Amino acid sequence: MTPTPSSTASAPAEHAATDGSFDDIVRSDSSLRRFLHGLPGVDQVGCEARAAGLGTRSIKTTSKAFAIDLAIRMVDLTTLEGQDTHGKVRALASKAMRPDPADPTCPATAAVCVYPDMVATAKQTLGDSGVHVAAVATAFPSGRAAMDIKLADVQDAVEAGADEIDMVIDRGAFLSGRYLEVFEEIAQVREACGDAHLKVIFETGELQTYDNVRRASWLAMMAGGHFIKTSTGKVQPAATLPVTLIMLEAVRDFREQTGQMVGVKPAGGIKTTKDAIKYLVMVNEIAGPDWLDPDWFRFGASTLLNDLLMQRTKMTTGRYSGPDYFTLD
Amino acid sequence: MSTVFEYAPAPESRAIVDIKPSYGLFIDGEFVDGTGKAFKTVNPATEEVLAEVAEASDADVDAAVKAARRAYTRVWSRMSGSERAKYLYRIARIIQERGRELAVLESIDNGKPIKESRDVDIPVVAAHFFYYAGWADKLKYSGYGETPLGVAGQVIPWNFPLLMLAWKIAPALACGNTVVLKPAETTPLTALLFAEICQQADLPPGVVNIVTGAGDTGRAIVSHPDVDKVAFTGSTDVGKAIARAVAGSNKKVTLELGGKAANIVFDDAPLDQAVEGIVNGIFFNQGHVCCAGSRLLVQESVADEVMERLKRRMATLRVGDPLDKNTDVGAINSAEQLAKIRELSDIGEAEGAERWSAPCELPSNGYWFAPTVFTGVSQAHRIAREEIFGPVLSVLTFRTPSEAVEKANNTPFGLSAGVWTDKGSRILSMANRLRAGVVWANTFNKFDPTSPFGGYKESGYGREGGRHGLEAYLKGEDS
Repeated sequence: MTPTPSSTASAPAEHAATDGSFDDIVRSDSSLRRFLHGLPGVDQVGCEARAAGLGTRSIKTTSKAFAIDLAIRMVDLTTLEGQDTHGKVRALASKAMRPDPADPTCPATAAVCVYPDMVATAKQTLGDSGVHVAAVATAFPSGRAAMDIKLADVQDAVEAGADEIDMVIDRGAFLSGRYLEVFEEIAQVREACGDAHLKVIFETGELQTYDNVRRASWLAMMAGGHFIKTSTGKVQPAATLPVTLIMLEAVRDFREQTGQMVGVKPAGGIKTTKDAIKYLVMVNEIAGPDWLDPDWFRFGASTLLNDLLMQRTKMTTGRYSGPDYFTLD
Repeated sequence: MSTVFEYAPAPESRAIVDIKPSYGLFIDGEFVDGTGKAFKTVNPATEEVLAEVAEASDADVDAAVKAARRAYTRVWSRMSGSERAKYLYRIARIIQERGRELAVLESIDNGKPIKESRDVDIPVVAAHFFYYAGWADKLKYSGYGETPLGVAGQVIPWNFPLLMLAWKIAPALACGNTVVLKPAETTPLTALLFAEICQQADLPPGVVNIVTGAGDTGRAIVSHPDVDKVAFTGSTDVGKAIARAVAGSNKKVTLELGGKAANIVFDDAPLDQAVEGIVNGIFFNQGHVCCAGSRLLVQESVADEVMERLKRRMATLRVGDPLDKNTDVGAINSAEQLAKIRELSDIGEAEGAERWSAPCELPSNGYWFAPTVFTGVSQAHRIAREEIFGPVLSVLTFRTPSEAVEKANNTPFGLSAGVWTDKGSRILSMANRLRAGVVWANTFNKFDPTSPFGGYKESGYGREGGRHGLEAYLKGEDS
């Protein structure tokens, strides 16, 4: 039986994390563990079969055109390299605003995603275009730093103008069962975010089991994360369909219980339009159509955008263009 | 912003199949005109007449049995196992090569969604031939001897036309028998295409004979004095009639009959996957599955939550054109079957169970029934006792494992059962106590050629598939 938070769905106006609904659950490490381990288990074979089954949906013609534009609007166009330059970030920001310079009907992406030191540069280019700046913080990607350093990292990004913060959880603490520590870490980062939206990265490739992914999802949602995100993109495997399926089930169930919606962001390894459409089908049929919106679903990707643009051009002109007709990131 | 993600129609092309206006019988390696009348086979999704098919008379059946006997004595029983295997491997490969054609034809004639015929039926058909091809030269190690029985008369149902053909023909041929097979009268077309594949594979004439027709043709096969073995899959009533017809003869018989399987969900089950298993258990192939999980037994403490999740999931099922690649639930196979499903569902309502159907628009032509679930069902209700053979689920609750076992076993059938729990020891103890031929744990409706399949009680006798499936087609070690 799914454990029920002490007072459910009674105060949907406030975020469940701040209205005290989960006070009983997060009272101690053991009560939190009891709750997380009381969540219904995941059967690995069944979960993977369901994800594969949804992957066989055939999305053609008008529905494909719809899906491509929606996917473009959901992209967090990402560059997270040591060798990033201000010039590259400016180019990326320009591309985010007008992904296809030749076609003004092509929608903008949701955000660009960069390291904190690049936030100001991105912000400068994006201005009030509506495209957000997301910054990875909390000692991304490993999350191995002292708490005050992680918070300073967040502070720095927020002050530079980041609209969204992508934090990583302490996987060591999670895997060793120190759930309350992870919970408090997320809650503190959420507070440090101020008005910025918080995405919580699990690095599902390190969590190993689907049961852990489900537990991490509930932990992050209860701690106040606005989004739950699969991966940093630095660890393989990154996003997979079954892992995202578990997270979509979690946000769906969380809304059932609390009335609160939480977003989902698969990141890393999603490279083709075909892949992206499989994710959208899954969003549609697992979480439901309410999540088919950049406010509630994002793709963390870099190469995906160009494939979406190529397919979009193919849909409108009937011809494929070579990669040279699309800008390098 | 609220968005609607509509899936545009994605129909699989019909162009790959060539349906002839009329079909004869496949006897002694040739297509011949029958001496009886003809009957029509229709597309259940549109009621369009697809073809006229010969109804084999007693004389036609006799000719087919004679051809099978000749092929048995002169060719097939003398051939070495490794030579027989070559033919079976060849057939399996041609089935794979012509898989799309077979899948489309199966969906047209049967009404099942192309996604199932393409991803389940046809691949499992090929796998069955591959598997039994492997046994053909290893019968020495089967435990049932190496001596074939002779001519097998086989009668198969309409729910998995080609798959049931494979279950029957592959082990029979591997063991050195020859066959006379009758497909169901509503779904003869893929069996006739299979006859073509036998020609393409150069299978010696008479080894496989396909005679189409209805009950009379089936009776003629079963009661033919020169048939050594009868294999039947279908309804319990016909199965009983067959058992009576062959009583006192030397014929060996295997029967795979009806079911009313319990799908048992414990409170510690992986709920989301259990819901998938419930859906797959009863709505796979429109519920036209003898081993369908038509009785859901759910532990009281999670009953409400499971029902809520189940209904939400059922609302996403896409019912419609079987050839659309996004269709989850296709057409009911025939007007008669639809009438039977409607009748039993109405009885369920009249007996006081609460009926809920998934909100879906059904096409105006053809035979359709929305996925339906009944709650508040008791063991005394007819919908909890009789096989509906349609997309209708009856839900009962239980408190303790013993009560679950008692309710699950309280049926004249015993074909299959499902157990959903995270606890391994409970799976094993339930499997020991359930009187069912197949018990699935944390899955449902999974078929594999290596795994024996068959029933207890009124679900029939004999096993098909795996090493056990050889027993029905061999004389045994002592002979």
